[in-house]
Amino acid sequence: MIIGIKDATKLIGITIIACCVVFVCAIFLNFNIDIAAMKDEITTASGAAMYDAIVSTGKVVAAVSGGCLAATSAAMLLFYVKNYIDTHGKELGILKAIGYSNINIAKHFWTFGLSVFLGCAFGYALAFLYLPTFYELQNADRLFPEIRARFHPILAFLLVCLPAIIFAILAVLYAYLRLKSPALDLLKERREYKTKSSGRESPDIPFLQNLSRSTVRGRKSLVFFIAFSAFCFSAMLQMSTSMTHLSSKEMAAMMLAIGLILAFVTLLLSLSSVVKGNAKTIAMMRVFGYDHGACAKATLGGYRPFAYLGFALGTGYQYVLLKTMTAVVFADVAGLPEYGFDWKACAATLGLFAVAYEAAIRGYARGIRRVAVKGVMGE
Amino acid sequence: MITVSDVTKSYGAGGSRNQVLKGISLNISDGDFTVILGASGSGKSTFLNVISGLERPDGGSVVYDECDITKLSDSELTKFRKDNIGFIFQQYYLLPNMTVEKNVRMGADLAENRDYREIIAAVGLGEKLKKYPGELSGGEQQRVAVARALAKKPKVLFLGEPTGALDEKTGRQVLDYICKLHNELGFTVVMITHNQNIAEMANTVIRMNSGKISEIYANNRQKNAYEIGW
Repeated sequence: MIIGIKDATKLIGITIIACCVVFVCAIFLNFNIDIAAMKDEITTASGAAMYDAIVSTGKVVAAVSGGCLAATSAAMLLFYVKNYIDTHGKELGILKAIGYSNINIAKHFWTFGLSVFLGCAFGYALAFLYLPTFYELQNADRLFPEIRARFHPILAFLLVCLPAIIFAILAVLYAYLRLKSPALDLLKERREYKTKSSGRESPDIPFLQNLSRSTVRGRKSLVFFIAFSAFCFSAMLQMSTSMTHLSSKEMAAMMLAIGLILAFVTLLLSLSSVVKGNAKTIAMMRVFGYDHGACAKATLGGYRPFAYLGFALGTGYQYVLLKTMTAVVFADVAGLPEYGFDWKACAATLGLFAVAYEAAIRGYARGIRRVAVKGVMGE
Repeated sequence: MITVSDVTKSYGAGGSRNQVLKGISLNISDGDFTVILGASGSGKSTFLNVISGLERPDGGSVVYDECDITKLSDSELTKFRKDNIGFIFQQYYLLPNMTVEKNVRMGADLAENRDYREIIAAVGLGEKLKKYPGELSGGEQQRVAVARALAKKPKVLFLGEPTGALDEKTGRQVLDYICKLHNELGFTVVMITHNQNIAEMANTVIRMNSGKISEIYANNRQKNAYEIGW
């Protein structure tokens, strides 16, 4: 077996994101289906307004959160497939050299879909356990008749089986495309590096600054993931603060938990990828006498502006989303407080983010000390 | 002067413990060209790692003038390497997404050496400053590694089988550049190799076998890179 179950378990980031996506989508969509079944029983005007608002919210949350997170999972999956091929070039090159076809090798990448299946199944199970509480919260004012959480096999298929199948196919197709490199390139672990001068080179930039820039340029997908983690942190934390007033504490706590999980999982996986991907460079720098602080600055420091950019985008996103929801979706719902930008929450979230991000960077900078310098010479 | 006294080093534990260095002592004079000669598994790479400060010995001392590097902390050892040591490896280890010039600046910036382009020219790559490693031949890449190591103005240059991945012609070229720069700049060279012929270029030859020094001798006449056999 080319790709083992052990390799698939390394995709824990995708499993966690898939779990969050399915959890959020399952509770809102299940609720929408169940409440739709009793639409005719809603007779009051306030109940009808709330019904429309809840159904629209469910659709928006499932589409926006689900869509964003599914796209991120897909990006992460492609990143893992590429990374796997890059780091196992020798083994894959040997297989190609002895006559295995690209599709013969690529088809084994279906196992990467298992991580998505696990995440989706766990997220769906969690959602089902949480449904009674969620239904109770949504109907706290008794605007609707009692709503019972029911199991919908089609929803289970769409949220658990279908994503796993789609992601497995995606992994196989992407692996097939990546494996089109000549066997010799894989064997010699030749990567795609820039090999022509762009004419924008500036030789007077110090080495560390240059390295920092080329590290970021060399792994653009990590720029996306680090910015995304900051985006999640910013958007979900600020949204959870607003949700305390607009919805319920439970809803706010759910958003907070999902935001923190997504942000930290993505950030920590990205930072460990940066350190692992640059282990050889770091080892060479240490051999030459660069201290670990300089190594950390050159490899991890370049991502900082993108992290704060992600934070700013997350702030804007949550504001626009909540403003739209309160102005359009909940326009007819009585007693909803007016929503405005919460500067205090923004400042507090920024402070928390700065502390968390810098602590993570410091943690990984310490990890750089453990990169074995003698390994370079021993190879 | 590098003074190595009774250095030992083992890997593994218990029954699978393997003693790689078995009490090695020797002196290497400043400006000397020393070759450590030995077959695969003789312990020469481990010995080079230990005397260059890449690895700590289990016992014994490695003293540079009056500084025992086995007693330095990790950060002190890093600073020691920064100020004193240069490395050239068999596999070059250039940064693939940086040009020749930027790779050499890796060493030059540590020594605040603004004249690094002269060293690039000295190894015959003055015309290839903007080329990337992937655009260079193996010999050219190794010459970039030589320039990178020398740009930091090391007092001691350690070389780990620098011609191991090169053909005869480019191997001789690289050794010739190293020898010329050694004669010109006067740094100490410590090179490991399994090639008896390359040892004829050294002042001093240290032959290792099974973790011990089996022989130390001086060459009466150092041959140049084009006189030795291959």
